[in-house]
Amino acid sequence: MKPLVKIENLTCAYDKIPVLENVNLEVNERDFLGVIGPNGGGKTTLLKAILGLLKPVKGKIAFGHDLQGRKKPIGYLPQVRHIDKKFPITVFDVVLSGSIMNGIYRPSAEERQKAEQLLVEMGILDIRHKAIGELSGGQMQRVFLCRALLSDPKLLILDEPDTFVDNRFEGELYEKLRALNKEIAIILVSHDVGTISTYVKTIACVNKSLHYHPSNIITQEQLEGYNCPIQVITHGEVPHTVLPYHHH
Amino acid sequence: MNAILELFNYDFFQKAFLATVFASISCGIIGSYIVARRIVFISGGITHASFGGIGLAFLLGFNPLLGAVLFAVMSAMGIQFFTKVAEIREDSSIAIWWSLGMALGIIFVFLTPGYTPNLMSYLFGNILTVTSSELWWMFMLNLVIVLFFTLFLRQILYIAFDEEYARTAGLPVDLYNYLIMTLIALTVVLNIRVVGIILILSLLTIPQASANLFTKDFKKLIVLSSMFAFIGTMIGLFISYFLDIPSGAAIIFTLVLMFGLLRVVKIFV
Repeated sequence: MKPLVKIENLTCAYDKIPVLENVNLEVNERDFLGVIGPNGGGKTTLLKAILGLLKPVKGKIAFGHDLQGRKKPIGYLPQVRHIDKKFPITVFDVVLSGSIMNGIYRPSAEERQKAEQLLVEMGILDIRHKAIGELSGGQMQRVFLCRALLSDPKLLILDEPDTFVDNRFEGELYEKLRALNKEIAIILVSHDVGTISTYVKTIACVNKSLHYHPSNIITQEQLEGYNCPIQVITHGEVPHTVLPYHHH
Repeated sequence: MNAILELFNYDFFQKAFLATVFASISCGIIGSYIVARRIVFISGGITHASFGGIGLAFLLGFNPLLGAVLFAVMSAMGIQFFTKVAEIREDSSIAIWWSLGMALGIIFVFLTPGYTPNLMSYLFGNILTVTSSELWWMFMLNLVIVLFFTLFLRQILYIAFDEEYARTAGLPVDLYNYLIMTLIALTVVLNIRVVGIILILSLLTIPQASANLFTKDFKKLIVLSSMFAFIGTMIGLFISYFLDIPSGAAIIFTLVLMFGLLRVVKIFV
């Protein structure tokens, strides 16, 4: 089976300063990859390279059949902090912006229906006429998730969906992702290693270079071995925690 | 009331009325975009830079609006170039083009032999002296803007809201941005006769601020700010005529007053 995304010897740089070097990675169908690493380590850069927002200095990114030509785009949930909260746009329009547009475009009846159905699934249909700036962090993340899912993506990429989000929604979000993962591959960037390792299947540590870890159990020692200076913290009563207990 | 109706018998007032309609629609649409995207300052830079073109046209003796278009488009591109290629901070490059255009305008006007009677009407606008050919140009621009924003509203809105996401969806983001930048430049220039270079920002922002009190939906924002622009401009026009004060200033004063009143109304509804 051909991988959905195959990254070979990828090097990316901003102003000639390399942020990622010689990265190799494969994402296959129904993968659930957690991307962790320190701030400024290149996590978002990796996502942007995959999304085609950033031209690599070196190396290549190949896409499998399902993503080739990409008229069905990759679903993408950006960091909410980049969103202009005063922008005059309604929730429903934000969700509809996840559709595929060619030339003169009006959202079709099916697209509207799909958008409504997604809003129902996320439990936020009642706020569909609100302006984006009137929402809480959790509601906003739900809206962006609806947008990312509108065109039935084969691959879903999420950049720190757990920022500005209450604990209750965080749990719901990860359960939702687990359900989605039955059909689509997911790449999830997070700073919350403890929580994501409950849900992801594999882990990639990104700190200029990338270390692939083919399971969701990762120890502090392994992280240090990967030159990935982050702390593994378990959150008190997280159910099904797969992280080994450790002292600080 | 009769005095107002009688005004419509005059040719100059019929033209002023049409100019008001065209200015309201174009500024309502383009202004909503500018405000939503937070590029008011860029638009100010483009507007003021166009004065250089007006000066050049006076000096060489061609149509001042043509000179203004030339400088407006040039400065729009110039700001982009300074920011992206020359790596000057965006607000600084806006200020550079803003003042450079004004400076060139003043030099050209100074070098123009004889007296330049129309200069004030370009700086502060005079809707009562709009000519038929200017009206035709305004009509064409309105047609283009209305068509473009009707046919491609979704793309325009989505790119403005989240450019990065639009890129991942494969939209030609740069093409849209350049097209809209050009439309902004043209809107600014063709509406110079209505309120003038110094005051045009008001038509692009005050009706939008009023509309924004009542809606956060981009489509409704466009319609509502066009309506507010029309009402404010018409009232300003009457005030200007009956009190014999400059039209541009009267229009802006009315627009701000309207905003204040609507803001108070908002508290009670």
